[in-house]
Amino acid sequence: MDIFIQQIINGLVLGSIYALVALGYTMVYGILGLINFAHGEVVMIGALTALTAIGLLLPAGLPGPMLVLAGLLIAIPVCMAVGFTVERIAYRPLRHAPRLAPLITAIGVSIVLQQLAMIGWGRNYHTFPALLPTAPHQFAGAAITDLQIIIVLTAAVLMAGLVWLVNRTRLGRAMRATAENPAVARLMGVDVDRVISFTFVLGSALAAVAGVMVAANYSIAHYAMGFMLGLKAFTAAVLGGIGNLGGAMLGGLLLGIIESLAAGYIGDLTGGFLGSHYKDVFAFFVLILVLVFRPSGLMGEKVAERA
Amino acid sequence: MLEVAGLQVHYGGIAAVKGIDLHVAAGEKVALIGANGAGKTSTLKAIARMLPARGSVKLQGEDIAHAAPHALVRRGLALVPEGRGVFARLSVLENLEMGAYSRTDRAQILADIERVFALLPRLKERATQTAGTLSGGEQQMVAIGRALMSRPRILLLDEPSMGLSPIMVDTVFDVIREVAREGVTLLLVEQNARLALSLCDRGYVMDSGRVTLEAPSAALLDNPAVRAAYLGE
Ligand SMILES: Nc1ncnc2c1ncn2[C@@H]1O[C@H](COP(=O)(O)OP(=O)(O)OP(=O)(O)O)[C@@H](O)[C@H]1O
Ligand SMILES: [Mg+2]
Repeated sequence: MDIFIQQIINGLVLGSIYALVALGYTMVYGILGLINFAHGEVVMIGALTALTAIGLLLPAGLPGPMLVLAGLLIAIPVCMAVGFTVERIAYRPLRHAPRLAPLITAIGVSIVLQQLAMIGWGRNYHTFPALLPTAPHQFAGAAITDLQIIIVLTAAVLMAGLVWLVNRTRLGRAMRATAENPAVARLMGVDVDRVISFTFVLGSALAAVAGVMVAANYSIAHYAMGFMLGLKAFTAAVLGGIGNLGGAMLGGLLLGIIESLAAGYIGDLTGGFLGSHYKDVFAFFVLILVLVFRPSGLMGEKVAERA
Repeated sequence: MLEVAGLQVHYGGIAAVKGIDLHVAAGEKVALIGANGAGKTSTLKAIARMLPARGSVKLQGEDIAHAAPHALVRRGLALVPEGRGVFARLSVLENLEMGAYSRTDRAQILADIERVFALLPRLKERATQTAGTLSGGEQQMVAIGRALMSRPRILLLDEPSMGLSPIMVDTVFDVIREVAREGVTLLLVEQNARLALSLCDRGYVMDSGRVTLEAPSAALLDNPAVRAAYLGE
């Protein structure tokens, strides 16, 4: 088996998930200049909600893919509601507060959501049932499963849809105008509060999908799973240039690939001293490098300090 | 068309507008002139609900002092803000589309874009360019064209001549004159008093947050105090 190709495939799958989550960070940052640290928790809520829904629907005897789809269709609106509510009660009152206040609030919201999830779903790891076909196909000396193909394709379709929405629709235009100058957008008749709500809801929907993807891919879900995933997706957004949609997608894919390659080769490179579980280090190594050498990210414009 | 009474604006503890009254009749062209820091921009922003303010503001007889800011454009009020406020990362065309955000009559919007292009041919050449790449004068045209896209009944302009070359100023003021001729009511803020008064029927002079004079343009242009303070004579 070709390790290089295999790790690229794994990296693309992981990177697709990072990209979907990174988009949520970057959209909110683009419009509010806020780093919504609670976003990773929305991913977790998506995964666990889908898991619970699937558990309840299991006796109905639906085919596996239908069950996953049903779980997804329940997780999406739940996450949208969570995103909407968080913005409404935690961030909106701080819209005109100094930047540090919403940032600390975001960390607080993250902890609250995680604790609520722990109360609701317990501390244990939950097994995500293997409902999607995982028989591997051989491809260029490596293996790729149907599940992996589904993840990458779904992410690609969602991202294409998002790009279309933002660049080609009236609402997307209002989002971009609001990101640039909310006061003037309001003069044009844009209900800025609604645009901001919509941005959170949209990011949360993508997070829900990403949550189900992670849970299905690793067959596991856990109340704390959003923390590391959120940090990595945030790293991906920074790598691509936070505030930039294309950047979030590129950053997500790159980070996934870097991490997978690192996991594949780290043992060989260090003579077995470090194992693949050190792969997380690479994400943050990348974050540090980007922050030092190119703080505006790969596709970002100059980071302008907003008042 | 527009009636303002007892308007006050405060920034923190500092009073920038200290209770002013002004009115603009339908079809009228009114100038608001004054030195730096007189409170002209604050007044326009307060009227457009971009700033919290005290006092009463009536648009076509209806109190708008508590209206949602984004609802004003539907009532016929448009503002060309100080410093233009174009959406730099949107194309010229998208800026114009944003001006028509409150409207849904697609065919009419497309026709109005053509009208704006006829009025401001430079914008047609630049239609697909991002607005941030345009010159200051071109951006001012975008800002005016964008405001017209809402089909305003009253247009508030905040220093449209700011930072423009003399030739560009003439072009922009010709456009404003043309807009007024088509029946749009104007409230024009300018530091360039001569220019503003030559276009408008009537003017207010603002100083330190208060209206100190109000008269027809011709009278203000003849007023020795105005000539000394604002016309550089
Ligand atoms: N955001 C703000 N915070 C504090 N003070 C402000 C703010 N904006 C304006 N001011 C003050 O309010 C007063 C009026 O300002 P304003 O911008 O309305 O004047 P202006 O007549 O438009 O001046 P200019 O001709 O320079 O544009 C000034 O003293 C100014 O310093
Ligand atoms: Mg001003």
